[in-house]
Amino acid sequence: MTTVYDDLGDQVASDVPMRRIRFTINGARKAAEVEPRLLLAHLIRQGLGLTGTHMGCDTTNCGACTVLVDGRAIKSCTMLAVQADGHEITTVEGLATASELHPLQEGFKQEHGLQCGFCTPGMMLAAKALLAAKPDPTEEDVRWALSGNLCRCTGYQNIVKSVLWAAAKLRSEQAGDPPEPEPAGEPAQEA
Amino acid sequence: MYPSRFRYEAPRSLGEAIGLLREGGDEAKVLAGGQSLVPLMKLRFASPELIVDINNVGGLDYHRADTDGTLRIGALCRHADLERSDLLKSTQPTMAAAAPLIADPLVRNRGTLVGSLCHADPQGDWASVVTALGGSMIAQGPNGSRAIAMADFVTGPFENTLEPDEIAVEAVIPPAQGTRAGGYLKLERRVGDFATVGVAVALETSGGTVRRAGIALTGVGGSTVAATAAAGALAGKALTAETIEQAADLAAQAANPRTDHRGSAAYKRHMVRTFVVRLLSRNGDRAERAA
Repeated sequence: MTTVYDDLGDQVASDVPMRRIRFTINGARKAAEVEPRLLLAHLIRQGLGLTGTHMGCDTTNCGACTVLVDGRAIKSCTMLAVQADGHEITTVEGLATASELHPLQEGFKQEHGLQCGFCTPGMMLAAKALLAAKPDPTEEDVRWALSGNLCRCTGYQNIVKSVLWAAAKLRSEQAGDPPEPEPAGEPAQEA
Repeated sequence: MYPSRFRYEAPRSLGEAIGLLREGGDEAKVLAGGQSLVPLMKLRFASPELIVDINNVGGLDYHRADTDGTLRIGALCRHADLERSDLLKSTQPTMAAAAPLIADPLVRNRGTLVGSLCHADPQGDWASVVTALGGSMIAQGPNGSRAIAMADFVTGPFENTLEPDEIAVEAVIPPAQGTRAGGYLKLERRVGDFATVGVAVALETSGGTVRRAGIALTGVGGSTVAATAAAGALAGKALTAETIEQAADLAAQAANPRTDHRGSAAYKRHMVRTFVVRLLSRNGDRAERAA
């Protein structure tokens, strides 16, 4: 069990009431002591050092800070960290294994779904929630599911293609195909 | 951005929550989905001293219909639950049309209908929908619960008639007299933006005649606009080109829009009229087919 503390720098007075919470993040169980006003995004970034979750607008508009809480895609800048008590969080760091990219990450690579990359973690997690609910989405489904995530580089075309690529790959994996590196018809991955 | 410091409590029962609200008085706020309250606190537009988080109170995440058709939506029923609801798709056309248009998918996963009604934003979509449907709010306090009609619930922008020690526990939509028809149209600059103009139409028809009508407008006044004259003009009549035009004119007159970065007052008023015509024409066709 790891204990992490939020770091609010000089803002923290010694008399601030802290609350102890327990939660699971990317499969690992954690406990933390947090000030109630700490945002979930800050617990993830500063408290846990998982900086893959980005803070964009900080005003509930852009979706860069999207994480999954109990499988639902939410904006972590608009939830208090203390509310994560007893819940399960997935961030972009929870997608890949040590040796292998998640199909969504592979899809973003194959279809050039990112340029600056700032919105990408949020896009991937919103897409992950979509694919869990709907493994065979239409292009319209993907656009709808990502409509809360803003990208200022790509114009979205390649992001949508990336998610559809990942959906096809996940379906072929789940159909029990032998673990091939690429689904049929896709270009071979670059070394 | 951080909110100001506050005391946080996450009670497990409504009784406990109401007790905490009583203790906190005017300085206490209920936190449900938090998709309006948390941004307001971050911007320091709201700085409550006590947050009573009701997310751990069991049994509030439902939406269900009674045998007589009354629809009940609990305080923790999220927008996304309503968006995916087969019950709404089959019985509540106005609500089913509005659910996917609330904010964006990420906000819908957390925000609640009841919270949105309490927030009383003049640009809130659900307030128009529930007003058009003649709905009400159930408030629970230390001395029991009471029903407040939507028309009396919101008193102005961001103001409702809850007492400091009351919690809005349930929104109620009364059963229809006849077949339900209607819809919700929203003009927005992009997904997740507030409505430039929104129009909710709720009809109850039988034999090609409108038994009851409700029309309410989003974003074109200091609070949700109930276009009662427009709705009244439809009652007891068939939906014809003439009655539709008349209702649309009356709805446009009821609107009190302001020119801002989303559009001019004249444009918004025009869109109210257009949306009323579209919604009623669509339903007029359906009513004729059913008759």
